[in-house]
Amino acid sequence: MADKILKEITLKVWRQKDAKSKGKFETYKIHNISQGSSFLEMLDILNEQLVSEGKEPVAFDHDCREGICGTCSLFVDGRAHGPDDDVTTCQLHMRRFDEGATITIEPWRCGGFPVIKDLIVNRGAYEQILQAGGYVSVNTGGIPDGNAIPIPKPAADEAMDAAACIGCGACAATCKNSSAMLFVAAKVSQLALLPQGKVEAARRAKAMVAKMDELGFGACTNTGACEMECPKSISIEHIARLNREFIKAKLKD
Amino acid sequence: MAVLDAKIPEGPLKDKWSNHKAKIGVVSPANKKKLDVIIVGTGLAGGSAAASLAELGYNVTTFCYQDSPRRAHSIAAQGGINAAKNYTNDNDSVYRLFYETIKGGDYRAREANVYRLAEVSGSIIDQCVAQGVPFARDYGGLLANRSFGGALVSRTFYARGQTGQQLLLGAYSAMNRQIAKGKIKSYTRHEVLDVVIVDGKARGVIARDLVTGKIERFGAHAVVLATGGYGNVFFLSTNAMGCNGSAAWQAYKRGAMFGNPCFVQIHPTCIPVHGDQQSKLTLMSESLRNDGRVWVPKKKEDAEALQKGTKTANDIPDEDRDFYLERRYPAFGNLVPRDVASRAAKERCDAGYGVNNTGKAVFLDFKYAIKEFGHKVIEERYGNLFQMYQKITDVDPYNYPMMIYPAIHYTMGGLWVDYNLMTTVPGLYAIGECNFSDHGANRLGASALMQGLADGYFILPYTIGDYLSKEIQTPKIDTTTKEFEEAEKHVTDRLKALYDIKGTKSPDHFHKALGIIMWDNIGMGRTKESLETAIKEIAALKKEFYKDLRVVGDFTAMNNELEKAARVADFFELAELMAHDALDRNESCGGHCRLESVTEEGEAKRDDENYKYVSVWEYKGDDVAPELHKEELVYENIKVQQRSYK
Repeated sequence: MADKILKEITLKVWRQKDAKSKGKFETYKIHNISQGSSFLEMLDILNEQLVSEGKEPVAFDHDCREGICGTCSLFVDGRAHGPDDDVTTCQLHMRRFDEGATITIEPWRCGGFPVIKDLIVNRGAYEQILQAGGYVSVNTGGIPDGNAIPIPKPAADEAMDAAACIGCGACAATCKNSSAMLFVAAKVSQLALLPQGKVEAARRAKAMVAKMDELGFGACTNTGACEMECPKSISIEHIARLNREFIKAKLKD
Repeated sequence: MAVLDAKIPEGPLKDKWSNHKAKIGVVSPANKKKLDVIIVGTGLAGGSAAASLAELGYNVTTFCYQDSPRRAHSIAAQGGINAAKNYTNDNDSVYRLFYETIKGGDYRAREANVYRLAEVSGSIIDQCVAQGVPFARDYGGLLANRSFGGALVSRTFYARGQTGQQLLLGAYSAMNRQIAKGKIKSYTRHEVLDVVIVDGKARGVIARDLVTGKIERFGAHAVVLATGGYGNVFFLSTNAMGCNGSAAWQAYKRGAMFGNPCFVQIHPTCIPVHGDQQSKLTLMSESLRNDGRVWVPKKKEDAEALQKGTKTANDIPDEDRDFYLERRYPAFGNLVPRDVASRAAKERCDAGYGVNNTGKAVFLDFKYAIKEFGHKVIEERYGNLFQMYQKITDVDPYNYPMMIYPAIHYTMGGLWVDYNLMTTVPGLYAIGECNFSDHGANRLGASALMQGLADGYFILPYTIGDYLSKEIQTPKIDTTTKEFEEAEKHVTDRLKALYDIKGTKSPDHFHKALGIIMWDNIGMGRTKESLETAIKEIAALKKEFYKDLRVVGDFTAMNNELEKAARVADFFELAELMAHDALDRNESCGGHCRLESVTEEGEAKRDDENYKYVSVWEYKGDDVAPELHKEELVYENIKVQQRSYK
């Protein structure tokens, strides 16, 4: 089955020269887009068109184009990663859009993620939060056999649900408080569920939450928007576990 | 041979690594903290090496072009990681993993390296479990395994369909711990564009800050390249958009020789090309072949009806389906190695039995597995892969068979390294997919993750210590010397030359055109004629590139077009070397299929008498033919025979 061709669509794209400049929307029209193309392939075509006109292409972040690296980060028509549920921007396809559509494309809007250029933001804050404690303190080597500690399947499965986080930033970008709680919770919860991670669970929860607060992310008010927009469907139950871990840790102080 | 010394240790195969470790130099803790190591690339190999070396006390600097080390393309590996644990009691062993890897590689890999890989494979699993990698487990709480192509045992560990992601996040978390301690300095959005050689030794790199466009110098006592493969030379591949061969290629031009550049893996189960707006191809994990059955129609009229859209797969009864892998290879069936499965798919499609509108697809059907195990079990095993497939194709694979076709996936070729993983430039190492060493002419599924982590966690930290033990008197590397100045100028001039062409066509335009030449002539079936055509066409396109390239945007600022232009310029040169290498090797082996050399049944036919060597190419200048050196492969522990999966 050959895909349908969209004869014309209109794009309103956020353009911003660099971190210091003021940005604004520019409007572009593009033609003959196959509905089998991905959203980012559509942007490739826009960029080819801009280059052929001697204009600077739209800068946007993308890499694996199969929904796992977490690089792509677009607000499409007011939703993180666009109108489909449970996908990243790169997995969004043009069959989701109709002939003659007008599509608005913006970068993540979140104080913790300043714009670098056009649609590209700096997510270094997420790096810093993980550096504060998102690991198990083991060195390479001298490790017991992988089967030395049995882990109940439900715990391993739930840890995997949390570990599926791709660090894209959709949660904080969507949250009205710009809270990074779902991101922090995913890591804290994954490691708290596993015997290997339990050893330093208290220190981890405190350090990661403190770093998140220090970097200016807001508080969680349980609106659940993060869970709705998470491309990996990470549940806010992990936030509940983070809160428990955090309180437990604080009570011990 | 004088030029190439693989430095394979003496002694029986199973003792080589232990004997070697006992003999090599070690740096004291007090001296380690005075030594600097640069690691380029932060995937499984680079990330695990960075963390392990920093834990030992070295000062590590890492570079990645992505905005975080966690986004390296190892993250996209789906199916699993091999290890000879024998947890399943199916008679696995270090020897069996070694043997199957050598055989899978069609007898073109080094025995000693592969044995060591199998030997350390078990420790990788232990390490990852300790880091909190949530591997799949059985109800008893122990680790689960599944089967992969080319193996007679179940030795693949996995984390749903996201094994690469979980292993990389493990290595990344270990890196983060060292970044917090100040032992790793991580440069993100930085692309390494040259290696600096001082007095014959690698002493640093030149990198471009992709945000500011500034070109910067970095010095170290040793440099490790972990930059992955060069599959993107084909434009369409399963690699990420940014994957490139530039750092490795510049190292080649600085004297590191290149091994087996024409050995490219074409993965049999990818989502077929949808049209000419396509930017990349998506892999469907090999693990799917555990439960999916590959077929095309037996009758040509059924195939034609499928191509026209007048029939669907469900209209074709079982007796009219040709399960051609099970038919041709009864012993391994749907789990034959990747090169064999890819060629078989191409053979059926070329014969007119393809099942989609382009005639370039075969079915991978889960109907039978769903009937046997139920929807829920299949969803548990492959849920995220099925979802990914549905998102891309708009077809539900629970109800209609997947359509798949082979695509470029991995490069077995890479920088030549000795047993210590050092290139022919002293102090310059290459690890992971970036080197040529362990997979011969075809890599088995779930072995890339194993090799990347083996190199980074358990091999390089030992072997680099041997080199660095002789460097403890070397002070911090001064980056103001003429060598650094020359290298920086070289990078700036090269970029400026591309920027100043001011032609009419984008880097992507040339990249796509190059990809078509490569796929048509150096793809799944290669001939003397096609390779000679490729050499001519690449040269012509390259000439046009240097005349008509247009790089818009600012030179000293974030500029994706300039990044792409530099990568494409390197791909042109790499493509030429690949063609020369493929032309030299007039035999079929693994992923390299010369149509002049096949058996009567259409299987790849090796020529051990004439080609049982690693092709090692030495750069001789831009307009001079490279020189071929040969590393003869010696098999003392394995009987070399024609590969059979029947």
